[in-house]
Amino acid sequence: MPDSQNLTEAPRPETAGVAKAGAARPAPVGAEANSPAVEFRNIDIAYGKFVAVRDFSLSIRKGSFVTLLGPSGCGKTTILRSIAGLVDISGGQIMIGGQRVDDVPIYRRNIGLVFQSYALFPHKTVFDNVAFGLKYRNVPKPEIKRRVGKALEMVRLPGSEKKLPSQLSGGQQQRIALARAIVFEPQVLLLDEPLSALDANMREEMRVEIKKIQKETGITAIFVTHDQEEALSMSDRIVVMNAGSAEQIGTPEEVYERPATAFVADFLGKANMLAGTVSVSGQGTATMVLATGQTINVACPRPLAQASNVTVVVRPQKLSVGAAASANRLSGRVVSASYLGGSAIYEVDIGGRTNIRANASISGRVLREGEVIDLGFDPEGCVLLDESGRRIS
Amino acid sequence: MRGTRRKQEGRWAWRLTGFVTVCVYIFMFAPIVATVVLSFNASMFGGFPMTGFSLQWYSKLMTNEAVLAAFRTSLWIALVTAAVTTAIGVVTAFALVRFEFPGKQALSTLVILPALVPETILGVGLLVLIKAIDQPRTMLLLVLGHILLAVPYVVLITQARMVGIRRVYEEAALSLGASRLSSFREITLPLLIPAVVGGALLAFTISFDNTSASLFWRPAGVETMPTQILSMLKISISPEINALGTVMILVTVGIPLLGGLILQSLTRLKRRGEPKEEMK
Repeated sequence: MPDSQNLTEAPRPETAGVAKAGAARPAPVGAEANSPAVEFRNIDIAYGKFVAVRDFSLSIRKGSFVTLLGPSGCGKTTILRSIAGLVDISGGQIMIGGQRVDDVPIYRRNIGLVFQSYALFPHKTVFDNVAFGLKYRNVPKPEIKRRVGKALEMVRLPGSEKKLPSQLSGGQQQRIALARAIVFEPQVLLLDEPLSALDANMREEMRVEIKKIQKETGITAIFVTHDQEEALSMSDRIVVMNAGSAEQIGTPEEVYERPATAFVADFLGKANMLAGTVSVSGQGTATMVLATGQTINVACPRPLAQASNVTVVVRPQKLSVGAAASANRLSGRVVSASYLGGSAIYEVDIGGRTNIRANASISGRVLREGEVIDLGFDPEGCVLLDESGRRIS
Repeated sequence: MRGTRRKQEGRWAWRLTGFVTVCVYIFMFAPIVATVVLSFNASMFGGFPMTGFSLQWYSKLMTNEAVLAAFRTSLWIALVTAAVTTAIGVVTAFALVRFEFPGKQALSTLVILPALVPETILGVGLLVLIKAIDQPRTMLLLVLGHILLAVPYVVLITQARMVGIRRVYEEAALSLGASRLSSFREITLPLLIPAVVGGALLAFTISFDNTSASLFWRPAGVETMPTQILSMLKISISPEINALGTVMILVTVGIPLLGGLILQSLTRLKRRGEPKEEMK
């Protein structure tokens, strides 16, 4: 039967050729060791007239975990697929390990790819699935057996060699897919929303697992997701994408605490945006009047022109409630309150067009709908955006 | 009261439905049953009443050189047709499903067209073409004609299966280092196997059964099973024809059934190799 492909047979001539060609591409050594694992130089990707990615540049250090984060249709998956060679770029350059890969076909790029839908070969056993990449790299049989066993141990599914993918749960299938992608030690591991097909519990477990395996193997990983929690918890660096280009590139703390644009502030953690105008601006601080009438003091990295329009970005967690609200007091009425045990989330109407969200720990009792509430935040606990939505720095 | 009347009406409706259904089945299967039963009739007239049980018509068939030659011819043509058509079908379906190219719509319609054009027209058409370019009617022509007739069905079957094979499997194979050819051979083709087997069986049956087009295309002196039966009928309705008909039924029904059974047992064997476990 053709689908019970036996791995123990010698590689056929044409597959052996492929494997040699793959092996002939040397892993970067010596002089190339300092070059980034993956580098994008001003790449453009267009499908006909639709431009999916515009002038995107990024350099990814060896061994780091980089996440492309953004809403669907922002081009993050397209960029990932362009590294794999599944999408052609229409301009710019992509380098893997310091070598241009524009005309290297996908099967010679030496990358590990993990798909959202696992994409395990349904007619092959777990062993044959994991061994697939090794087989095409001319690895001798005993060595294949050893490395597959090791990879399965790494994903905590030892002894599952003889199973078929259909006999595994979603989480187990994704572990096998991960093992299959790392077993041949690729230069880069690409993960395309690998967790979004899993249920919530499994997702959290796999998040930790993937991160652990990435650290252990020291592999360079590029992770695509639309889930900000995944991005914040797993990444060394996050690239926040919007409409085909990068809005901000930085560590999780940087993109969360100091969002570069209004989009980043809103996409990561739904920050409160308070519009206002500058009344007094001095060295390091500014006083401004909000559109809703309140006067507040904020830290400001440079003097601002009087009467210029500014947006203050405050995270729900940075707002304190009740007696704790000392500085920058904003009063309003509770529109809704959600009790979360340790803390509560309040939606508060302070007179503006949109309600303010506050996530505060509970001292005393939880306020109910319609009650008057005091909110406050530290002058240092916010970020200022200029009229075009960029961070003032 | 009304309730019982409605119940009565319902009962009659069911009876009527049952009656019509039985009639339809009789209409469909009576000729087949008659052929098979009469093939064992001892009488030398090919009709009822039966005068006794006998296998003489089968033994007569076995010694009838013309019939045996026709059987061999049909078998070979059907086998070659099945093999070639399946190869064409797989490649065409792969191209139509996986690639974008100009004229794709036109091609997919053209491929199906022979199934829509009446066979007689196709038969005459190919004959006229052969005459126009001054070529003799050969076995090759007959086989090519059968391939032409069977390709649409095989393409439709493989295309339907191909659509269901997600592209990520091939992408995964490529990313792991398999060339396009290897990924087709190791991933796509094995997943396509049910359609390949089904298509081959259908092509075989289409070719083995074909009468009208074969009448136009066969070279002088060559008979296929259906044309042989037809020419025998011209002389008399001999019980031998019933025996031949029974053999035909056996081949055209039996081979697909056998193929289906083999496929099923193959998949079952694979499943049994590993007991299904409930896992968290």
